[in-house]
Amino acid sequence: MKTGEYTDEKAGMDASLSVRLSVYKYFTRTLLWLFPILFLLVFFFFPLSKILTLTFDFSTFTDSKTFPVILNALGFTFYQAILSTLLTFALGLPSAVLFARFDFHGKSFLRALTAVPFMLPTVVVAAAFTSLLAPRGWLHTLFPLSSFQFIGTLNAILIAHVFYNTTIVIRIISNTLARFDPKLEQAARSLGASTLQVWRNLMLPLLRPSLLAAGLLVFLFDFTSFGVVLLLGGSNFSTLEVEIYLRVLKLPNLPLAALLSIVQLIFTLIFSVFYVRVTRQNTVQTAPRFSTSRPPKSLHERGFVFALYILLLTFFLLPLASLPLRSFIRLEADRGQREEIQYGMTTDYYRELFINRRGSLFYVPPIQAALNSLGYASLTVFLSLALGYPAAIALAKPARLEKILDPLIMLPLGASAVMLGLGFIITFGRALSSPFFVPIAHTLVALPFVIRTLQPALASIPDRLRQAAATLGASPFRAWQAVDWPILSRATLTAATFAFTISLGEFGATLLLTRPEYPTIPIAIQRFLSQAGGLNYGQAMAMSTILMGITMFGILLIEKIRITGDKDDGHF
Amino acid sequence: MKKNTILLFCVLFLLVACVPVQPKTLTVMTHGSFAISEEVVKSFEEANNVKVSFVQSGDAGEMLNKAILTKDAPLADVLFGVDNTFLSRALEADIFEVYQSPMLENVSDEFKLDDSFRATPVDFGDVCINYDKKYFSDTSVLELPQSLEDLAKPQYKNLLVIEDPATSSTGLAFLLVTRAHFGDGYLDYWKRLKENGVVVVDSWETAYYTNFSGSSGRGPQPMVVSYGTSPAAEVVFAETPLTDSPTSSIVAADTCFRQIEFVGILKGVKDQALAEKFVDFMLSVQFQEDMPLQMFVYPVNKNAVLTEEFIKYAQTPDEPAVISPEEIAAGRDEWIEAWTELMK
Repeated sequence: MKTGEYTDEKAGMDASLSVRLSVYKYFTRTLLWLFPILFLLVFFFFPLSKILTLTFDFSTFTDSKTFPVILNALGFTFYQAILSTLLTFALGLPSAVLFARFDFHGKSFLRALTAVPFMLPTVVVAAAFTSLLAPRGWLHTLFPLSSFQFIGTLNAILIAHVFYNTTIVIRIISNTLARFDPKLEQAARSLGASTLQVWRNLMLPLLRPSLLAAGLLVFLFDFTSFGVVLLLGGSNFSTLEVEIYLRVLKLPNLPLAALLSIVQLIFTLIFSVFYVRVTRQNTVQTAPRFSTSRPPKSLHERGFVFALYILLLTFFLLPLASLPLRSFIRLEADRGQREEIQYGMTTDYYRELFINRRGSLFYVPPIQAALNSLGYASLTVFLSLALGYPAAIALAKPARLEKILDPLIMLPLGASAVMLGLGFIITFGRALSSPFFVPIAHTLVALPFVIRTLQPALASIPDRLRQAAATLGASPFRAWQAVDWPILSRATLTAATFAFTISLGEFGATLLLTRPEYPTIPIAIQRFLSQAGGLNYGQAMAMSTILMGITMFGILLIEKIRITGDKDDGHF
Repeated sequence: MKKNTILLFCVLFLLVACVPVQPKTLTVMTHGSFAISEEVVKSFEEANNVKVSFVQSGDAGEMLNKAILTKDAPLADVLFGVDNTFLSRALEADIFEVYQSPMLENVSDEFKLDDSFRATPVDFGDVCINYDKKYFSDTSVLELPQSLEDLAKPQYKNLLVIEDPATSSTGLAFLLVTRAHFGDGYLDYWKRLKENGVVVVDSWETAYYTNFSGSSGRGPQPMVVSYGTSPAAEVVFAETPLTDSPTSSIVAADTCFRQIEFVGILKGVKDQALAEKFVDFMLSVQFQEDMPLQMFVYPVNKNAVLTEEFIKYAQTPDEPAVISPEEIAAGRDEWIEAWTELMK
């Protein structure tokens, strides 16, 4: 494709050559789209349309209950999604500046910390918040006066959404900020612009595509939020996605569920079309070769870094730390009738994980569950990059075809997992119990992220750099290695992290038939939580802690590669 | 020529000998809480030269919905875990083959709810209110509630956590108890419960582990809608060996709901005779005695002997609330919607 475009300019006059070239271009485009589209057709559009046509029924429109249900759910969905998105940006935007502009002690740890919630199953996050904020949680134990209701309130939903999604804002915005040519800012300042002016007139307009990209993803996540609303909001709140779940599985009314799914899909499509139009308008000139971060200098900068550091640490570390703490501390009285709550250190929960005490067929050895989770996550990374790259390349130089396909790629994010799960079941039947469907389902969720992360990076690579490299006699591969890869490596790592983390945290039990032989960590956690007993609860906490540890480790590893990668860029 | 033929036979024989006889596979679909001992499955597999493959999918309601949707191309041969709140729906959808197991003679008639012999009872358990023993012994002034009416009294204000009947099977069971006891007046009772500060959460996990004060979450409510066997589970899964359970159940008349779980052979089964053997196996003493500590339910086979923990700590009500599967099937959606309207 690259060489095709390169020769394109020289061949403007020759009509027959340009016809051949356009055929060639058409051919490469088709080739690029072939697998991503095939994948989405087989595993998304086909099962979804199959279940929707099976369940949809026009008589729903005549039912007087239909519209109040839809309007209520839609109203609350918008309300909480807008609030959540604004709050997420209030925390995420300053944090993105912090990570992109400043170097400080413990930076990679803090960055990894903010990313952990994104991949924790909702059950675990709910447990983490509960162990901190519930009436007998840590906070209340330490400060007996602080009595407030958390679980079952709108605040719980909003805070959990911020907790989950801040990392999206940080990743996308700080990635763009780091790719800015610092000379732009320096030039503006040397012309006498104040910080405020620099931001208003230079940074924000330049950041607009990334801001919108991040905003859309966060909004979509909040818009289709399910587990958080169900677990932390209790039964007082219901979003579209929760309403669909209720109408499919609990108060069966499949025609209404189908209608709700269609409403949700239409809104997702509208957001995506809007997003695609706005982001297309400008791409940012980038200069990836300098490190744009430095230690804070002025008092202002130090204050900013310090305050935000403390804020992020508190907000993310407190709930996350209360979970492992709980997995090492037992609250039981020693024997029989319990007296006052006694705290004691214990490693029983972890030891017990390795014992199949009841000889159960469905016993999950923790290491096996961890290996299964990691295996699925690696397959998801591989699959979503393999499918995402060609699509992102085609999208980076959009033609007419891409204008149509672009918003469609986002649709899996807006499809109800429960509905899609039913679609899978009627489409694939018994084959569905094959473990290969797990990474496929995870890839469906990860693919929009991967494409959205790769596409702006690919689009930002100036053609003239490649042409210059070619003129200087570089082979296409050498040109790619010297020009594209330094810019792409960062985006690829970000994309891979997204795919990896989405896969690790995805519970997916409603989507698929689970085979007890191939349990993942989230499924193991769920299994422990479904029976009474202190040991079960403790083991669930221990398993959650292990999941948290693995994800932390994975992210730190990727951060390490990223930093070494940046150094390599330096001597170009 | 002869030599060649012998050689050919030899080769053929070797080929056949090399390919092991593939055991048949029996696929059993269950809900997410199903569990069984490895050795018990193995004994069935070895006796019948078969590989039993389990697939799990969500809770009982989700599983049944999926089974009904895939009626024409079933996902499994045998379906276990339909309970009496869903029995009528399963029978109406006609997803089961008829099979009258000879093992049913060991099962008491109260569990045989399907006269057409399509759904076979396997286990039962009661949904009862559990209470935190310490809370009630500390506040010695406070007597234990002995009836549904008691729960609406001011001395029990803010002390009970229940599950949403729209999302949780224990929540539904408790709604059915009130419906059985109060008949059409059940909504008035719920109005009083609401005024008395009953706490509603989405799932049993949240209610038990987050809100209930008697288990690990140490929440604010000393009473929770849970299972009659939960006190036994608290002992079996105690962090340190306990001599007594920290919780107990209220088993007064008309306060508990009895859940009975059924197994059925799905229409479109590959090997009916094998599936029938599996149903018999689920009613065998070996399987029935394995169940209690795996799933915390009671066996229906009279000859199965209960483990010590069950005898000591688990309780069964003498008079659970009475409501038939047909009544439930006819009224459940309407009751849940009316309840949701009232409580939200």
